[in-house]
Parts: sequence; C-alpha cells; structure tokens
Amino acid sequence: MFAHAIFFYTFSIIAVVSAIMVTASKNTVHSVFFLILDFISISCLFIMIGAEFLGMIMLIVYVGAVAVLFLFVVMMLNVAQQKNQWFAGQQSSKHIPVGIIISTLIFVEVIIVIGGWKYKPEIFDINNSIAQTSISNTHSLGQILYTDYIHVFQISGMILLVAMVGAIVLTFRQRSGVKRQSYIKQISRERTEGVEVLEVQSNKGVKIDD
Amino acid sequence: MEYLNIVFQEVYKIVFLLVPVLVSVAMIVWLDRRVWAFVQKRQGPNVVGPFGLLQSLADALKYIFKEIIIPSSSNKVIFILAPIVTMTLALIAWAVIPFSATQVLADINVGILYLFAVSSLGVYGIIMGGWASNSKYPFLGAIRSAAQMVSYEVSIGVIIINVLLCVGSLNLNDIVIAQQNMWFVIPLFPMFVIFFISALAETNRPPFDLPEAEAELVAGYQTEYSGMMYAMFWLGEYANILLMCAMGSILFLGGWMSPIDVYPFNLVPSAIWLILKILLLFILFALVKAIVPRYRYDQLMRLGWKVFLPLSLIWVVLTASYLFYFNLLPVN
Repeated sequence: MFAHAIFFYTFSIIAVVSAIMVTASKNTVHSVFFLILDFISISCLFIMIGAEFLGMIMLIVYVGAVAVLFLFVVMMLNVAQQKNQWFAGQQSSKHIPVGIIISTLIFVEVIIVIGGWKYKPEIFDINNSIAQTSISNTHSLGQILYTDYIHVFQISGMILLVAMVGAIVLTFRQRSGVKRQSYIKQISRERTEGVEVLEVQSNKGVKIDD
Repeated sequence: MEYLNIVFQEVYKIVFLLVPVLVSVAMIVWLDRRVWAFVQKRQGPNVVGPFGLLQSLADALKYIFKEIIIPSSSNKVIFILAPIVTMTLALIAWAVIPFSATQVLADINVGILYLFAVSSLGVYGIIMGGWASNSKYPFLGAIRSAAQMVSYEVSIGVIIINVLLCVGSLNLNDIVIAQQNMWFVIPLFPMFVIFFISALAETNRPPFDLPEAEAELVAGYQTEYSGMMYAMFWLGEYANILLMCAMGSILFLGGWMSPIDVYPFNLVPSAIWLILKILLLFILFALVKAIVPRYRYDQLMRLGWKVFLPLSLIWVVLTASYLFYFNLLPVN
C-alpha cells in the first residue's frame, strides 16, 4: 500500500503542476508539452486504479493523435506573441471574464458530483454497473458499452461524424486554376504520347506548346 | 527489505532484456547495410572485425567522442530532450514483447494497446527535435513526419482490430496462442501486406523516408544534431524498426510459436523462433530499402488515406461478418 501511495501522489502532483504550467508558461509550445505531460500522468493514474483500457485509450487518442495536431497548429500559427502581450499587460484580454464564468461553472458541477457521491452514494449506480468480477476491465467495459448503452454510444459517434463533416464543409472552397495531379494519367503515360520527333527546319524552328 | 528485493529483481530482468536489445540494434544496423550493399553488388562494411561485424561498435565509439553541438538559437531543453524521448520510447515498448509463454517482462491485459500507444508516441521525439532546432529543414522534416506517422497509425490500428476480432483478447500471449492452428498471415494475408507497408511508413523507412529525404531536406529533423545525440536518434529509429518487426511477427507470424509442432522443431527454444521471425521481417525491410525508389509526398498521403484505410475497414467488416456467420467469434 505504501508504494501505491507514493506512486499515486507522484503522478497526481505531476498532473496538477503540469496543468497549472499549461496556463502559466509563456511559450505556447511549452504549454502543449505540459498538456501532454498532464495527459500521460492522468493515464498513469487510470492504470493505477485498474482501468488499464481507459488509460491506454487516453494515451492513444489524446497523446498520440489530438495533442500532435494541437502541437501542429501551435507551431504553425504564431500565437506566442499574443500570449506574451497578455502577460505583459499591454493588451487587456476580453476572454478572461468568460473564462472565469466557465471555470466557476465547472467547479460547481464537480463539487456537486463529488459531494453527491460522498454523501448520497445510493443515487449513483456505479457499484452495480461495473461488477467486481474476475473478467478484465476491457471485457466489462465492452459488455456495458455495446449492450445497455449502445444507442448513446452510436449517437456520440454520429455527433463526432457530424462535427467532422461540418469542419470540412466550413473550410472547403473550390479553387480555380489549380493544377490537379491525376496519378492514373501519370502512370498510364506511354512513350509514344510523351515523346514526339519533329523535323526542325533551320532558321524557322518549331512551335512546341499550343 | 522486501521492496528492495523486488526492485532488485525487476532491475535485473530489465537489464537482461535491454542489453540484448541494444546489442541486436547495433548488429541490425550492420545487417541493414550489408543487405543493402549486396543488392547493389557492393561489399558493404567488411573491415572492422570478422565480416565487419564490429562496424557499429566502431561507429558508436566515434559518436561518443564527437562534440555535441547545440545551436545557440535552439530551444535547449527540448533540443536535448528529443533524442532521449525517441530512445526511451523505443526501449520501453520491449517490456510487453513475449519471448515465450512465460518469458515476458510485463504480461499485461492490454499489451497490444500498450504497443500501439508507445509507437504512436514515437512521433514526439521527431517533432520536438525538428521544432527545437529552430531551423527550416528540420522543421519541414518534423512536420512531414508528424503528418505521415499520424496517417499510417490509423490503418495500423484498424489492422490490429482485424487480428483482435479473431483472438478476442488484447493480451499478446493470447494473440500468439490463438495462432496455434493457423498463423494469421494465411487468412489475413492482405492485412499483413498493408501492415508491412504501414510499418515502413511508421518508422520512416525508405520508400517513405520523406522526413529525412537527403535530396530535399539535408537530413530532415536530424540536421542540427551531432555526436551522441545523433547516435541516440539513430539507435531509437532502429529499435523502433525492430519493434515493428516484432509486432508483425506476433500479430501475423505466430510470435514465439514454432512453425510446425513436430520433434526437432519444438526442441528449439521459443525465443529463437521469435528472433528468427523478426530477422526475416527485418531482411524484408532492408530489401525494400534497396530496391524501391522514394515516394512523392502527395502519393504517400493518398496511399494512406484513400487506399489503406478503406481497404482495412472493408476487411474488418468482412472478418466480422465471416466470424459471426460461421459462429466463430471468440466469446469467453
């Protein structure tokens, strides 16, 4: 139990400190790296409570894919300067009140959920849904997700699909004058249509493009 | 005292896993250059030691004694972290590779997910190195590599789902044991081919070595690195290649299982079989490097998203329907 506690506190301290550093560090790319560190330590915490499937999916989806794209955007767009202006107080940010309101809301919600869990455990059906049996974490998750909650699961998938289609539609524009490369045309070119032998008269030349 | 004993035992196991892995990485670099040379009718490295076997050792010695140059305008912390991240990620994945039914460092329930997660983290070493160098060529190389690795991970993930449908477990030992009667390379042959090609792209090997395409980008994300830091990138890359070969042999070639369960074959230790299969796949990797020209970048993306992803998705549907129709789904 002692070793367990040591690991738990190590990972949680890393998670909390890196979460603070995400907002506190001046370099935006460093912020993203702290976010990644946060994700990794949270997935370690998941693994420690026996939810190894969730921990691994957290690593694969958030760290392996989402954070890479985050990093991409942050490296390409030069947002560092804007952030520095906020820090130096040169430009007052209009987002701070909104941020405070949203974080207060989230804080209240978390308090309600945790308080309810602590003092009224019977309304939360958690202990019955994940049965404490010998089957592995992945199996029990699959058995619940694909039977009782299949509709919720599919609806959330549809929402993600709609979000993806929406993002593509919003940013898609038909550009004219773009030279498209058709790979079928490129690989099916024969020598006969690519090369032409011309009889060139001296002092007259030939017209090659028309 | 009890804790100390456990810690000591684990450290002992880890050392006995990592030292052979590192030595074989050095040997595999030699093998790669040798195969490459023989395809091109050259000799390859053959001077240092018997058959040039000690060439990698000599190279390593050279790298150790070279100066580590850190560009003055680079982001120093991330610049130094990048090769360490690459190397660490390439080595921690070996913890779950089973060398026999019992010889495995960590026999976890979600072994294949762990392997997949670690290989998808591999992109960070490259992107960190490319960004921290604060130079155009490394940055372009890093961006190319990030887009490429994220794209090909998707199809590798779907291929893994194919195998998992036939096994019914995420444990690597269960995956190997499920291939007792027939290796998955036979029923899932198209998936094996796609896995092999995606593994080439995932490890930035030719013909998909665009992140370090020397004709366009000098050396890609490694341009500013020198000395031991460059060597660490290099070792990490080859350890990743070996890891991909190990993953391929576990998923499709029966892992540590002997090909036929008859008298002289089943006396051979199962670790030897796994090593032989990894070597077979690695020689294929080396041959591909020698005989195939480099892909164009848009073609690389087209292959990943428009060919491999739909194909492997269709194959998932086919496998699932087949297993469901003939009532072969592994239910326990």
